[in-house]
Amino acid sequence: MFWFAVCLLSLGGADWLPKGWLEPPSASAGMVQIDGAEFRPFYPPNEDEKVVHVAPFRIDRRPVTNGQFLRFVTWAPRYRRGSISPLFTDSEYLSHWAAPLSLGDAVAAEEPVTRVSWFAAKSYCQWRGARLPTEMEWELVAAADERSRDARTDAAFVARTMRWYSERTPRPPAVGRGAPNYYGVYDMHGLVWEWVLDFNSNLVSADSREKLSEDKQRYCGSGALSATDVSDYASFMRIAFRSSLQARFTTKNLGFRCASSTGAES
Amino acid sequence: MRLLPALISAILALTACSQQAPAPGPAPKPAASTNDTGGSAKGDLGPPQGEPIQATLTDAPAVPPPITRKTPAKVIVDLEIQEIEMPLSQGVSYTFWTFGGKVPGKFIRVRQGDTVEFHLKNHPDNKMPHNIDLHAVTGPGGGATSSFTAPGHASQFTFKALNRGLFVYHCATAPVGMHIANGMYGLILVEPPEGLPKVDREMYVMQGDFYTVGKYREKGLQPFDMQKAIEENATYVLFNGSEGALVDANALKAKVGETIRLFIGNGGPNLVSSFHVIGEIFDKVYTEGGSHPQENVQTTLIPSGGAAYVEFRVEVPGTYILVDHSIFRAFNKGALGMLKVEGADNKALYTGKEVDSVYLGDKAGSLTAVGTAAKAAAKGELTKEEQIAAGAALYQGTCSACHGVAGAGIPGAFPPLAGSDYMKNLKADDLIAIVLNGLQGKITVNGSEFNSIMPPQSQLADDEIADILTYVLNTWGNPGGRITKAQVSSVRSKTPRPPGAAK
Repeated sequence: MFWFAVCLLSLGGADWLPKGWLEPPSASAGMVQIDGAEFRPFYPPNEDEKVVHVAPFRIDRRPVTNGQFLRFVTWAPRYRRGSISPLFTDSEYLSHWAAPLSLGDAVAAEEPVTRVSWFAAKSYCQWRGARLPTEMEWELVAAADERSRDARTDAAFVARTMRWYSERTPRPPAVGRGAPNYYGVYDMHGLVWEWVLDFNSNLVSADSREKLSEDKQRYCGSGALSATDVSDYASFMRIAFRSSLQARFTTKNLGFRCASSTGAES
Repeated sequence: MRLLPALISAILALTACSQQAPAPGPAPKPAASTNDTGGSAKGDLGPPQGEPIQATLTDAPAVPPPITRKTPAKVIVDLEIQEIEMPLSQGVSYTFWTFGGKVPGKFIRVRQGDTVEFHLKNHPDNKMPHNIDLHAVTGPGGGATSSFTAPGHASQFTFKALNRGLFVYHCATAPVGMHIANGMYGLILVEPPEGLPKVDREMYVMQGDFYTVGKYREKGLQPFDMQKAIEENATYVLFNGSEGALVDANALKAKVGETIRLFIGNGGPNLVSSFHVIGEIFDKVYTEGGSHPQENVQTTLIPSGGAAYVEFRVEVPGTYILVDHSIFRAFNKGALGMLKVEGADNKALYTGKEVDSVYLGDKAGSLTAVGTAAKAAAKGELTKEEQIAAGAALYQGTCSACHGVAGAGIPGAFPPLAGSDYMKNLKADDLIAIVLNGLQGKITVNGSEFNSIMPPQSQLADDEIADILTYVLNTWGNPGGRITKAQVSSVRSKTPRPPGAAK
């Protein structure tokens, strides 16, 4: 079946597919507009810059699903399991799918896609004319609970977020089942980890050696020294998780969503 | 040539001097340098010899066998991190993060000078990145920076074990406290090149504190409570990661005459342990896991992120209770384990009751006789002798605290029961009524005046009261006689209990 499909695709004769299946969805489909904002990140870029200006952007309301990602790999043979270059992923890429072009019975189309590398996630977003959200954009949206823009000092919100970090979730539920947050965005917490564009900036992007050595200590005791709010353990854990990744890594609980710049303040 | 004797005599003079008064100036170099292990400077015993060896790793309370090698080797350690749900207490489960599937993590045993090739594997089902900081490592981060590993990935790093001793290892991934609170710690022993002195048994016990949203023993899957952890308000304090880990069928076991070495660690994350074994004295304590033993110690302090090993010989059979002697932790938070020692009694060393009974409840001694009496009573075959035997056990549990083990009482406070003229003049019903309803006010016993309060003991069953009184009447030169269950029942129905007493 698989080779049959590949054969058809390579001949360009995919008549059996629904109309538009191979067309990328529009960049902003399923996205919500987020206004520009001043944001106090857990780890500020430096001592003098505790507040970061985040320009307006759009972000997916829901994480990318297996079904959506299947469309992408159907369109992009280079990103199919078995075809993707080992430079761009580890060996577990989409290994939970039944076949490179079939989810199988154990994986639902509406569940968030996981076991995707940063390279693959980034390419998916590019296919749509979008990009991965930056860490600041992602964290800005993730700071909100259902009612307020920034709930990071709300102990109940932090506890709820942390709950997922310390429980076993062998299989993620379908996307968009919970309540949307302040911005109308779903599943920022409690479903999967998510890639961000600059996931490794906490460790790698610093230019000076001094900065690098300081950053390296972030996941041990002295990390708390440069944090803005040491009680915000949930942010701390996300940073720790991202820091453990390399762009070709995949994990069972790591998915993503896309974002796009809106150009002007609107 | 001439300088040396002069130097030695100078040192001797200084040493002699210092016995009188503190010597001024720089302290003399200790003459007995055999006491000095040399630390890490003497820890590099050369390159590894022979083929690499796969380390034997064990789950607590087991300890890998002593190392008999005479040369340094390359030792390969494979450790898999697993996030798994396991019982914390009866009916209470918790998602533990573990080094090897259990809390504490696998016991690692190497020899000083060994080159350790460490493979840390983070199971694909795990959600968290992890790493390992081994306190046995000389180098920044103790391996933590070299072993930071995403789920479904593995890291490798190598270190030479330069310092001998018993060391804690733990996860050092942010938030460090949470990773430790979820059970990510264990022990690594770096044996001295000549090995440790031979003992009969080695055991591995590690304490840790746990923080759950629900109260102590609240049933179900309990999530981690970060706020309680920050406040250092532990819900549980446990040995080997669960309340039943070292109790009853899981108790540590030994035989009379054996020498035991306990490797004890404390993972924390917060609490310092006042480690004590009820009924034993540690012959030797290698304080903080170091090289020089202290001797004859009752309780040893084990810091969070620290360890110690203790040695003691067991002479008397019975159950010994391991506790954190910050004692509410033992009885209200679970920091309790058992060491069961089998063998022949040695009355010359110890006469009676099990050591644990003093703490575990007020019913000391064996209650077997009570069971025998109850069975006999059910068949209608209860003898006076059985009643006396049962009464003796019950008396020790309930009455002896005030009236004394031998019925002598405490002068001025609690009247004697032994040879009591007061008791001799009472009728059976009056005796029963005192036990059931208590006694208050001035009485004279054997010429001494007492004015205190005996609380009612009506929580005891009728046959228990009958057995206790029969025992007392037939012991310590008392007049004898027998009290029956029916008599007690009759008095219970005829007399009122004081307010607050059991009916």
